[in-house]
Amino acid sequence: MKRHGTFVLSMMAFGFAFLYVPIALVVLYSFNGSSLSTVWGGFSLRWYGELFRNEEILRAVLLSLRIAALSASVATALGTLAGMAMARLPRFRGRTLFTAMILTPLVMPEVLTGLSLLLLFVSLHDLFGWPGARGGSTIAIAHITFSTAYVAVIVRSRLTGMDPSLEEAAMDLGARPLRVFLDITVPLIAPALLTGWLLAFTLSLDDLVIASFVSGPGSTTLPMLIFSKVRLGVTPEINALATVIIVIVATGIAIAARTMRRREARHAERPAPLGTGTG
Amino acid sequence: MEERTPLASTPWLDPDARPFVRIEGLSKHFGDFKAVDAIDLDIYRAELFSILGASGSGKTTLLRMLAGLEAPTSGRIEIDGVDVTDAPPYERPLNIMFQSYALFPHMTVEQNVAYGLKKDRTPGPEIQRRVAEILDLVQLSSHARAKPSQISGGQSQRVALARALIKQPKVLLLDEPLAALDKKLREHTQFELVNIQDQLGVTFVVVTHDQEEAMTLSTRIAVMNEGRFTQIGTPNEIYEHPCNRFTADFVGKINLFEATVIGGGDAEVTLRCEALDCTITLPHAAPLAAGAAVSLAVRPEKIFLAKEPPRETDRTVLRGVVLDLGYFGGLSLYRIETGNGTVIEVSAQNRQRDARGPEWDDEVYLSWDASNTILLGE
Repeated sequence: MKRHGTFVLSMMAFGFAFLYVPIALVVLYSFNGSSLSTVWGGFSLRWYGELFRNEEILRAVLLSLRIAALSASVATALGTLAGMAMARLPRFRGRTLFTAMILTPLVMPEVLTGLSLLLLFVSLHDLFGWPGARGGSTIAIAHITFSTAYVAVIVRSRLTGMDPSLEEAAMDLGARPLRVFLDITVPLIAPALLTGWLLAFTLSLDDLVIASFVSGPGSTTLPMLIFSKVRLGVTPEINALATVIIVIVATGIAIAARTMRRREARHAERPAPLGTGTG
Repeated sequence: MEERTPLASTPWLDPDARPFVRIEGLSKHFGDFKAVDAIDLDIYRAELFSILGASGSGKTTLLRMLAGLEAPTSGRIEIDGVDVTDAPPYERPLNIMFQSYALFPHMTVEQNVAYGLKKDRTPGPEIQRRVAEILDLVQLSSHARAKPSQISGGQSQRVALARALIKQPKVLLLDEPLAALDKKLREHTQFELVNIQDQLGVTFVVVTHDQEEAMTLSTRIAVMNEGRFTQIGTPNEIYEHPCNRFTADFVGKINLFEATVIGGGDAEVTLRCEALDCTITLPHAAPLAAGAAVSLAVRPEKIFLAKEPPRETDRTVLRGVVLDLGYFGGLSLYRIETGNGTVIEVSAQNRQRDARGPEWDDEVYLSWDASNTILLGE
C-alpha cells in the first residue's frame, strides 16, 4: 500500500490543529492556578471550585436547561403535528403556503426573529397585559417558535419515507386513528422524534441572539452570561465552565456512537432475508 | 382444480341468489379524472373474484373504496345486507392484504398477526390460541418470534395473509397478492391461496394486473379499463367468449381483423373480411345492419398450421409465409404473413421431440374451424 505523502499528513495535522487547539487551550487554562487568563500559574482546580460556588452561573445554567427542556418538548409535540400535516393530509387549498410558512423560521435571520418576537410581546403586553415581565417564559416561547420548524422538517422526511399502507393496515385491522398514531406511527418515527428533541434542545441551549431580544431583567441564560462576561475579558471560571460543557457533550457523543455501533452489530448478526424483499 | 369452492356452483346465474357484496353506481373522481366510473357489481359468498386491469384502470381505487380507505364520490357499497358506504375502515367486516404486505416492522410475526384481535379486545388466551392456529395454517409457527426483516418475501406474504384472515373477515381484499414474489414461488403460492380460501370459505376479492394469476385463481373475473368493467365472467367466458375488442385484446393473445356485414338471416350473419380475403357466415343472435363494421378474432392456439393444405373443406383456410418464429420449449409461436400482407399469430405445441416444424420463409397453410372465430361488435 502506498504511504501517504508528507504534504497530506501535514495538511491533516494543520486542519485538526485549527479545529482542536483552541479547545485544548480552553481546557488547559481551566486548570490554571493564576487569575490572569494568559499567564500559566501552575496546575489547580481552583476555578472549578469558584464555578460551583458562583450562584450567578449556576442560576444561568439551570435557567438554560429548564428553557431548553421545555421548549424542546413543546417544539417536538407541535413539530410532529405540523410534520404529520405536511406529509399525510391529502392536498388542501393553501398547502404550499402552509408548508412554506412552517419552514420560514429555518431561513429567517435570528435578528429578525428576535426583533419581531420582541415587538409581538410588547404589543401583546400593551393590549392584554400579558406576558407581563419578559423572562424565562418569553424566551421559551421564542425558542419553541423556531425549533418547531426543525422538528417539523425531520418528522416530515421520516414520514414521507414510511409506507402509508402501514397505517392503513392498522386501521383496517380495527384501530381508530389515535390508536394507529400511538401503535404504529410513533414507534416508527421515534428516532426522528428523538433527533428532533435533541436538536431543539441544543438550539435552545445555544441561542444567544433571540434570547437577548426577548429576555427581561433578572433572566439571563448561559450564553447571555458567558457573552457578557467575556466582554470584560475571559475569566478562568468561564474556561472551567467550557471544559465541563465539553466533557458532557463528548460523553454524550461517545455514548451515542457506542449505541449505534452495537445496534449495527446486532443487525449484522441477523440472517439476511432469504427471498425477495417486500418492495 | 375445478370443484374447489363450497360455492353454490354458479350463483351469478341464479336470479334469486342474494349477492354478498353489492356495489351500486360506485364512482370516484379526482378532479376531472374519473378513476372509477359508475360501477355496478355483485359478488357472491365464497367467491374468489378477480378484478383484472392494467395500471391506471382504477382497480386499486375500487379496492380502496371497498376497504374504506378512499371515500367514494357517489354510489353505494353493501356487504352481507349492511350498507357500509360511509363506515370507517376499522368498522368494516372485511380486511385487506396490501401489495407491500405492510407488516409492522417493530413487531414480531406473532404480534403482527395478533394486532387485529387485540384491537377487538379479544381475551388473551383466545388470542394466543387463534394466533397459533392461523400460524399453523400458513406454516409459520417456527417463525412466530421473528421480526419482518428476518423473514423471506414468501414468508412475509403468508404473515400478511394470516394477519388479514385472523379476524375472520366476511370479505378478504387482496391487492396484487403475488406481485412481489418470484415466478416459481408465485405458482406455488397461487395454489396455496386457493386452498386456504377453500378451507375457510371466505369471499376473496383480488385485484391484479396479471391475467395468468386471475385465470388460475378466480371463479369470476371482471376486466377493468378506464374506470369501467368491459366484461364480467368466468375465466373461460372471458377467454373464449370476449364480448368486446378490449377484453379480447387484453386477455391473452388474439388476432383481430376488421370486417363488414354484407348480409344475414335471423340467426346468422355473413361478413366480408378484406384482411383475410374471405367471406364468412357466422351464427349470431341479434341481427346486424348490412354495412356495419365489426371485428373478427381468432386465438393463436385455435389456428392449425400445416405444410400441406388441409383436407376438410368447411374450415377457414389461408396460405402464407413464415415471417418470424419463437421457440418457447413447450410451444412455438409463429407469425405468418398472408398473400395480402396480413400478419397472423399462430401458436403450435411441440408434441414430438425431433419433429421439425416450419422454418423461416416456408410456405404454410393456416386453417381453423369457423366456430373458433369470435365476432366482436365494437
